[in-house]
Amino acid sequence: MKRCLRILLIAGALCASAGHAHAQKMIQIKGSDTLINMVQRLAEVYMQKNPGKVIAVTGGGSGTGVAALINGKCDIANASRLMKDKEIAQAHEGGIDPKRIVVAIDGLCVVANVNNRVNQLTVDEVGKIFRGEIVNWRDIGGADMPITLYGRQSNSGTYEFLKEVVLKGDFSPRTKSMNGNAQIIEAIKQDVSGIGYVGVGYVKGESLNVINIASRPGGEYTSPLNLSAVRGGTYPITRPLNQYINGQAAGDIRDFILFELSGEGQRIIEEEGFFSLPDEYAGFNRQNIGAK
Amino acid sequence: MNLSRFKEKAIEGVFFLNGLLVVFVLLGIFWLLIVTAIPAFREIRLTEFFLNHVWNPTSYVQSSYGIISLLVSTLMVTVGALCIAIPLGIGTAAYLSDLASPRVREIVKPIIEILAGIPSVVIGFLGIVLVGPFIAKVFGLYNGLNAINGAVLLAVMALPTIVSLSEDALKSVPSSYEHASLALGATRWQTLIKVKIPAALSGIIAASMLGMGRAIGETMTVLMATGCSPAMPRGFLDSIQTMTATIAIELGEVAYNTTHYYALFGVGLTLFVITFFINMASDIILDKHQKMAR
Repeated sequence: MKRCLRILLIAGALCASAGHAHAQKMIQIKGSDTLINMVQRLAEVYMQKNPGKVIAVTGGGSGTGVAALINGKCDIANASRLMKDKEIAQAHEGGIDPKRIVVAIDGLCVVANVNNRVNQLTVDEVGKIFRGEIVNWRDIGGADMPITLYGRQSNSGTYEFLKEVVLKGDFSPRTKSMNGNAQIIEAIKQDVSGIGYVGVGYVKGESLNVINIASRPGGEYTSPLNLSAVRGGTYPITRPLNQYINGQAAGDIRDFILFELSGEGQRIIEEEGFFSLPDEYAGFNRQNIGAK
Repeated sequence: MNLSRFKEKAIEGVFFLNGLLVVFVLLGIFWLLIVTAIPAFREIRLTEFFLNHVWNPTSYVQSSYGIISLLVSTLMVTVGALCIAIPLGIGTAAYLSDLASPRVREIVKPIIEILAGIPSVVIGFLGIVLVGPFIAKVFGLYNGLNAINGAVLLAVMALPTIVSLSEDALKSVPSSYEHASLALGATRWQTLIKVKIPAALSGIIAASMLGMGRAIGETMTVLMATGCSPAMPRGFLDSIQTMTATIAIELGEVAYNTTHYYALFGVGLTLFVITFFINMASDIILDKHQKMAR
């Protein structure tokens, strides 16, 4: 609901700005469902501080955002995964030079229903569950009931990330494809047999069983909500949340990205439930944003 | 030259062009689908496309492009929807045409027609929050995102078409049939079942087929309510992924001019051919019905 309201507000702002004869050039941001709430919040604060600047943030999934950047349909693509080599090649063919900026860190959460007593798994078990090799909760210390898999559609960066990093194989074809993080959470809340995966920014304040994960059997099980575990790498499935731009940043786009990476921007990111950037990314980002 | 005659000719010409335009749009769509779908079959064998049941173009291991499970899913929700909507639709139509007082009919018929105007996304939403949990409870499942949910929702969407056209068909049965039947001593029930419905049958069949055309092409509702898992369904209580939902999900992110892109058009073409034949069949039946009525 809150999100709808924001979209309406932005749409309203668009109409208002279209009325001016020399309308300000608007920044179009498109892509990942995981990043959308966070980037919308950043855009709102930025627009409040800089009257006259207009930023439109829309979703559709990382794949959609990257495709839009390749086709020159957006200025910034939100992506919760890396661009694939094939996509980068396509972009170059079309004269687009994608540069990656890391804006936040996500601890990918594996979630189950609150009434499910299973609360720790190894990465290997998570892989087996989503590949469809473990099909009953009984086999991983739970009640005797079938596991219902909730996943994302194939345009999701989170779907790709899990497939490449954790599954190293295909999702079970019995996985239900949900239309975004929020829909997975709603489904899991209703389904005691369900398991799903969402970005950490989506579990705050929800009554869910966020499963502790260990990188190997016998290892330490840690929660994605634990800042030091995510930062220190003991929580095994963390990932950078990225934005791709065309060439080195300039003008308003540069200004907005610098705001995202500033102390205030990073504070907003933490308020939205994600993790602020560790220092190791500062040099990388500086290089890709480029000198003025 | 006479001005009014010229005007008449001009108007005639405009309408002729309108008609022509519709034909060209249809041919254009058909041509576009064919041209964009054909390149897919340079890399996918026809036998794989139509006989394989694994649809996974973005596979980690090996892409596969079999549409059988998608086709089965589409047919399952469509047939399921018709099993619910046809009896209900004919019943409602019979009530409206034969039993309802004119006052009731005046109120009920527009309400049913308003049903046709409800956006599919709203129906899909009802499927998630209302029908799904209800189905889960009735069948003792953990969730209600399955083929039955889709079938119930599509039945709701096909109902207005079926009721409205079936009622017209029943209405157009000459009243002499009814009078003759009643005069021979048949009850109103017998007259309805044995005389009026058989006489209006071709109209009712055509109505059902148009309803079917509506159900088979529906996207948003099934996308939201059926779970969308591309595995071959084992029954009506399984999640399914229809052809329309597949296109809607995947076309947004697919890179242009790749095999996957062409394959999605292949799916679209298959769907178009199916709906084309359904509509054509219903047209032929309706035409027959009108000739018979005369």
